[in-house]
Amino acid sequence: MSQTNRLAGGGLIDRSRVLTFTFDGRTYQGHPGDTLASALLANGVRLMGRSFKYHRPRGPLSAGSEEPNALVELRDGARREPNTRATTAELFDGLTARSQNRWPSLRFDALAVNDRLSTFLTAGFYYKTFMWPRSFWEKVYEPAIRKAAGLGRLSMQDDPDVYDKGFLHCDLLVIGAGPAGLAAALTAGRAGARVILADEDFRLGGRLNAETLTLDDAPAADWVAAILAELASLPTVRVMPRTTVVGAFDHGVYGAVERVADHLPVPEPGMPRQILWRIYSRRALLCAGATERPIAFADNDRPGILQAGALRAYANRWGAAVARRVAVFTNSDDGHRTARDLHAHGLEIAAVIDVRSDAPRSPDYEVLAGAQVVGTAGRLGLTGITVRTADGGTRKVSCGALGVSGGWNPAVHLTCHQGARPRWDAAIAAFVPGPDLPPGLAVAGAAAGTFSTAGALREGAAGALAALADLGVAATAPALPRAEDAPAGITAFWHVASDAGRAWLDQQNDVTVKDVKLAHQEGFRAVEHLKRYTTLGMATDQGKTSNMGALAIMAELTGKPIPEVGTTMFRPPYTPVALGTLAGRSRGDDFRPRRLTPTHAWAAEQGAVFVEVGTWMRAQYFPRPGETHWRQTVDREVLAVRSAVGVCDVTTLGKIDVQGTDAASFLDRIYCNGMAKLAVGRVRYGLMLREDGMAKDDGTAARLAEDHFVVTTTTANAVAVFRHMEFCRQCLWPDLDVQVISTTDAWAQIAVAGPRARDLLRRVVDPTTDLSNDAFPFMACAAVTVCGGLRARLFRISFSGELAYELAVPARYGDALVRALMAAGADLGVTPYGTEALGVLRIEKGHAAGNEINGQTTARMLGLGRMVSSKKDSIGAVLSRREALDGPVPLRLVGLRPVNPADPVVAGAHLLARGAPTTAASDEGWVTSAAFSPHVGSAIGLGFLAGGEGRIGEIVRAVDPLGGTDVAVEVVVPHFVDPDGEKLRA
Amino acid sequence: MIIPHPLLGPRDAQEFVYLGDARLIDRPDGLAEDAADAFHDYAYLRDNPAGEHQELWYHEQGDRSWLVVTRDTVTHRILRAELASDVARAQGRSR
Repeated sequence: MSQTNRLAGGGLIDRSRVLTFTFDGRTYQGHPGDTLASALLANGVRLMGRSFKYHRPRGPLSAGSEEPNALVELRDGARREPNTRATTAELFDGLTARSQNRWPSLRFDALAVNDRLSTFLTAGFYYKTFMWPRSFWEKVYEPAIRKAAGLGRLSMQDDPDVYDKGFLHCDLLVIGAGPAGLAAALTAGRAGARVILADEDFRLGGRLNAETLTLDDAPAADWVAAILAELASLPTVRVMPRTTVVGAFDHGVYGAVERVADHLPVPEPGMPRQILWRIYSRRALLCAGATERPIAFADNDRPGILQAGALRAYANRWGAAVARRVAVFTNSDDGHRTARDLHAHGLEIAAVIDVRSDAPRSPDYEVLAGAQVVGTAGRLGLTGITVRTADGGTRKVSCGALGVSGGWNPAVHLTCHQGARPRWDAAIAAFVPGPDLPPGLAVAGAAAGTFSTAGALREGAAGALAALADLGVAATAPALPRAEDAPAGITAFWHVASDAGRAWLDQQNDVTVKDVKLAHQEGFRAVEHLKRYTTLGMATDQGKTSNMGALAIMAELTGKPIPEVGTTMFRPPYTPVALGTLAGRSRGDDFRPRRLTPTHAWAAEQGAVFVEVGTWMRAQYFPRPGETHWRQTVDREVLAVRSAVGVCDVTTLGKIDVQGTDAASFLDRIYCNGMAKLAVGRVRYGLMLREDGMAKDDGTAARLAEDHFVVTTTTANAVAVFRHMEFCRQCLWPDLDVQVISTTDAWAQIAVAGPRARDLLRRVVDPTTDLSNDAFPFMACAAVTVCGGLRARLFRISFSGELAYELAVPARYGDALVRALMAAGADLGVTPYGTEALGVLRIEKGHAAGNEINGQTTARMLGLGRMVSSKKDSIGAVLSRREALDGPVPLRLVGLRPVNPADPVVAGAHLLARGAPTTAASDEGWVTSAAFSPHVGSAIGLGFLAGGEGRIGEIVRAVDPLGGTDVAVEVVVPHFVDPDGEKLRA
Repeated sequence: MIIPHPLLGPRDAQEFVYLGDARLIDRPDGLAEDAADAFHDYAYLRDNPAGEHQELWYHEQGDRSWLVVTRDTVTHRILRAELASDVARAQGRSR
């Protein structure tokens, strides 16, 4: 295919190399340096998409990231990426792209019928139409709307690329590498400051690349190349092309997305696709330029109608003509620049239509002063325009492209990311950065409303000097090249008054001038209401080319000046950021750190099934050959503990080492029960409260020495309890002599539970320790040695209700210890058990766990009310004494057993009195934990029941409306095994 | 945000855990006559000013210091960061 609309010469493309690509299955050619849009235009393709709502045929409006129309699906397979702007997609060999939001084809789209129905589909249509009947919303309206809505399609496959996150630090961050940014980076770089120069484009130079300007009588490209070469030689300057600064955050932190490999077919090995940078800057200079805004007039959305500046950018930078015969519609001198450039490229200028009656004349082409474009023709691409001339007559002008210039909007976005509002500047009829900039940020060049090249160079250098002076860095201004210094020359003009046709403001959301009028008529006049009612300025382009026009029209309608109408908020990101980039490496298995217990490898060898517990992976159960159901395995493990001995890794429980002469006093204040008098060598169960009196966490405190305790927390609360202890120590009692440190990861801890536990331990713990019941009774603890001298800690505590111990060794010995225990206990029937069996054992024993201590329960509800000491002050004690804390009829922990042993008990089921209606009003409590108990021979449960302690023996209902169960259960004491604790003291 | 840690210099706010009003340092005496009322106020009443606010931040991914950070909640400007233990002592807290 020949590039029919490629100009004969010029442009910053490499014509010596040809790149082949496809669009909608058809093959085209372009050159390195092209974007997808410039290459398509060079091939005579103007139609690139269908609009969101009316499916209107659309082509590119712009040549940059503000593009509302030319959104395509890029690449294939898992890399398929919807809603990619053809105007910024860098061409590479083999690129594949498809148009979106059309069926069956881009040229013929069935849903273009919406365009015929546009009279009904105006702003607010959905809000008004789909309200009744209510029941239709979920089943009828929403699915239908969802099917019709949206632009591109997701690949529905995992993204095969990786995304990184990185951190950068600099003295001066320069955002944008046009004349202002280059001058700033040069000034600061020469002074030895650490400079980052970031630009979203793959080619630095900004608007200089799109113009035919000379600097010091040489082409601007020469100057840009020389500056870039010098910047590359400066060791403290980092130049970052393809990097969009997307947000200005607190304290000089900026977010930036670097598209490392978007311009390659596939990232090179080890190369991330994109990097999300967090840039810590001491000062920043915004040199982001300006965005040209269109003028609204009837049917101004046809393919071939572009920003005038984009039209000349395609010609000057890419050597691409949108059409051979071109017209320009403008309200400023800038439109004439387009006509001059295109004429110089040999294109035919059909006419320049200037709304100003004093428009400058040209010897080369016709200028229609005081005229307006009132209509256009060409269904799939522009064929001509209708002009209303100054004398009131109309004239048809045939052309294949129309450049529209309504003035330029400084890119103020980043200046507003911390809530500031821009200021209206009547001289250029645009908003410029307000006085209230984010601290450390200054603005230079077109972004500040200074549109001349000389002005941009000047302000860039001056901005860098000011920033460096702030930082105490001496610098001198570089000699700047001579450049054009033309004034803006603009007359504000927003839309052509006309009753015929639709004049488009927001082409991405299909919002017209009429929609704004409708919003005004229906009272949605505040700018934020206007946005929500019409969808103006939403979606990928965030109204970069449309918001200003709509504001101006709302100002007209309300009779207010534009600055009083105001702007909508500018929020990060400046351009869309892929979720994959925000996620970085935190996805799949790497979503968060995964902690493995010291016995993980051993458990895996045993065929354990693992379960995620917070960030930990724990063995859930250990299936044996022949076991066909997890319950079979768990029942076996439970019975082994009850009849012989089991081992379980309990390392994940939080372990906090507490030392100091005030350690006992400290713990006495942290736990609601007394700890001060705990004897050395003994362990005590402890309950922590929150300051509002609710139960916070429970665990054990073991006193290893007068000034040394080891306390345990639940797995879930290990971090929170440690944080709480640090708070109490530092903020409440700063002079207590106590230090705390988490030793959760330092010690491997293994529970050894069951009637044969002592027999097993005697074979592992060195004989210097007397393990007899008298010498080492229930709730004893000691530093011991195991396996012939390895230091260890032994605690005689029990979660299962059996004779039980927990044995801790330095974490690196955990694997060896469990293997030693298994080998030593083979003849005793030692059985590894997992978290499922652990849960069954503790429910059988009636021990509260996370289901019961869930932040909504009190010590009294847990049956532990008497633990709260009244003889001392401890965290939460005072407010825990409030009578009404556990409800009008106090809830109490009870056990529950189904009347019919075959019935299930479901955690989450609610408890109701027999005969009571199944309503929330008759709710009397709920089931917190449930399991099948092989010991009892039926399902059992724990739960909270109103007045529970007085209702033992009563039959109530456990109702689970979600699961559809309603089971008669008997209220029992919450200890299904060994209620008197004889076994654990044996 | 960047928090000027009094011992470690400027640190990213991501390293910290936020708790809230630094008045939590003023824990009442649980054995006093009016303890119930005092603890009610302590547990439930907070100022939420638009402007200067003293807040507790915990350097959990760092040196585990609790800090009292004086921050303007409107502009996010940080005026001061002190060790909470120093602030507590200055308020008469000890053991």
